[in-house]
Amino acid sequence: MTPAHLYDLIYELLKKELKVRYKRLVLGYLWSIASPLMYAGLYYLVFYKILKVSTENYPLFLVSSLFPWQWMTNTIMIAPSTYIGNASLIKKTLFPRYLIPVVVAIQDALHYLVSIPVIILFVYIFHGTFSWHWIFGIPALVVVQFTIASSLNLLFATLTVFFRDLERFLQIGIMFLFYMTPVLYSETKIPDNYQWLIIYHPIAPLIINWRTLFMNGTIRGDYLISSLAWGVLLLSLAQFAYRKLSWRFAEVL
Amino acid sequence: MEIIRFEHVTKTYPLYHHFFSGLKNFIFNIPSAMKQLRSSGFTALKDLSFTIQEGESVAFIGRNGAGKSTLLGLIAGVLKPTSGTIRVSKRVSPLLELGGGFHPELSGLENIQLNGVLMGLSRKQVAAKIDEIVAFSELGEFIHEPIRSYSSGMNARLGFSVIAHLEPELLLIDEVLAVGDASFQKKCFAKIKEFKARGVSVVLVSHNSSDIEMVCNRVIWIENHKILMDGPTAEVLPHYIKAMT
Ligand SMILES: Nc1ncnc2c1ncn2[C@@H]1O[C@H](COP(=O)(O)OP(=O)(O)OP(=O)(O)O)[C@@H](O)[C@H]1O
Ligand SMILES: [Mg+2]
Repeated sequence: MTPAHLYDLIYELLKKELKVRYKRLVLGYLWSIASPLMYAGLYYLVFYKILKVSTENYPLFLVSSLFPWQWMTNTIMIAPSTYIGNASLIKKTLFPRYLIPVVVAIQDALHYLVSIPVIILFVYIFHGTFSWHWIFGIPALVVVQFTIASSLNLLFATLTVFFRDLERFLQIGIMFLFYMTPVLYSETKIPDNYQWLIIYHPIAPLIINWRTLFMNGTIRGDYLISSLAWGVLLLSLAQFAYRKLSWRFAEVL
Repeated sequence: MEIIRFEHVTKTYPLYHHFFSGLKNFIFNIPSAMKQLRSSGFTALKDLSFTIQEGESVAFIGRNGAGKSTLLGLIAGVLKPTSGTIRVSKRVSPLLELGGGFHPELSGLENIQLNGVLMGLSRKQVAAKIDEIVAFSELGEFIHEPIRSYSSGMNARLGFSVIAHLEPELLLIDEVLAVGDASFQKKCFAKIKEFKARGVSVVLVSHNSSDIEMVCNRVIWIENHKILMDGPTAEVLPHYIKAMT
């Protein structure tokens, strides 16, 4: 396959994915901003106003961690329908099947990228830190998160073809992960004797880095390396499952 | 020149109850699930060997569930054989089956663009042909409607129109002609004739003997997962018709 044809394939598949998921481009854009903002508002109300958590600058705190978190969960949650929703194409035509998860992940990444101005608006309003580190930090975190998200999509999309009830397990898993990740609370609240665990967490270092990048203009190198390692690990795992199972897609779908 | 070669091809479908009843059941029944995975499953085709030469047009016939669609899937490369080797030396058209290779939520037009690219054309090439494809399909305004609103005949029209304009070297057709109306069938046969004149081979699955007589000079009869008879149309078809009635 030539690079030119690969580009055409991704272009057409992306167009299809956007069309099928959001009908109109504008709706997809609005939704990708409205959804995390609504959650941020809800959590602000519940945790700040009602439960009175004492985290500093909580609005910016929530926005800068919920946007990347939403990106991650969107890509994971859509995984069960990634292949099943494209059964008719897979059964009839030969094209690299891994492209569908890649395109799904690209779509969510694009939606995140276009919502960054909203985060920046919050940085401005709530006095976050504009920093030169963004120039390196944002692309680095985007690349790492894209690797993790697309790998997880590929992995769960592949497995769901064979285990149709995986979707329910995934929902529970995401819920679990959400509370096990410092999205709503600061990692400093984690008891000292558990602090060392953070660096082995698949998502936490990434979310913490996004937040500190927007709030303080800093990024932690060890956390970035941890995320990168998770990316490589998950990519290898997803590729392994895909190689073993993808040739059966057409007969099982 | 030989364009398709099957050597001792066997295709077995595993029995997937344990999978489809879900992860939960699979985990709770690992020993029996594993045994089931390793057990033989259902054999759709058994030790099939044949070759098809350039310029030949072949029909596969046989009763429902004989394995004809499976055979086309193997030729198209969408399915992989359990054992044996398959060699196909031409650019194969995508499988033309009932239900088409289309995405139900996209319009006919969008599906043409997507399908063309999935079949290996560039977006430019598809764009250059799209008017011709739409005209051939005679779908009119419906081309802008989502595929899920199409009748099976409309679906077949779109499918054939797309494939007819992609310059395949080998055309695989699984029963789609049967659902088109008389005028569209006529158009399809004219197109197929044109292809054959250009040296494109056609592999057809059909339950309609007059279609087969019109298109194919060779018939392969599949029965009991094997080739029961293989020869010129005039020879094999009468035997088959007799056996069916
Ligand atoms: N994906 C699949 N998984 C399991 N079994 C299958 C699968 N596809 C086909 N089979 C089985 O393989 C056998 C052959 O099926 P196939 O669709 O090739 O038949 P066919 O000759 O095309 O029949 P028809 O004339 O009805 O179209 C059938 O018994 C069918 O049950
Ligand atoms: Mg069939």
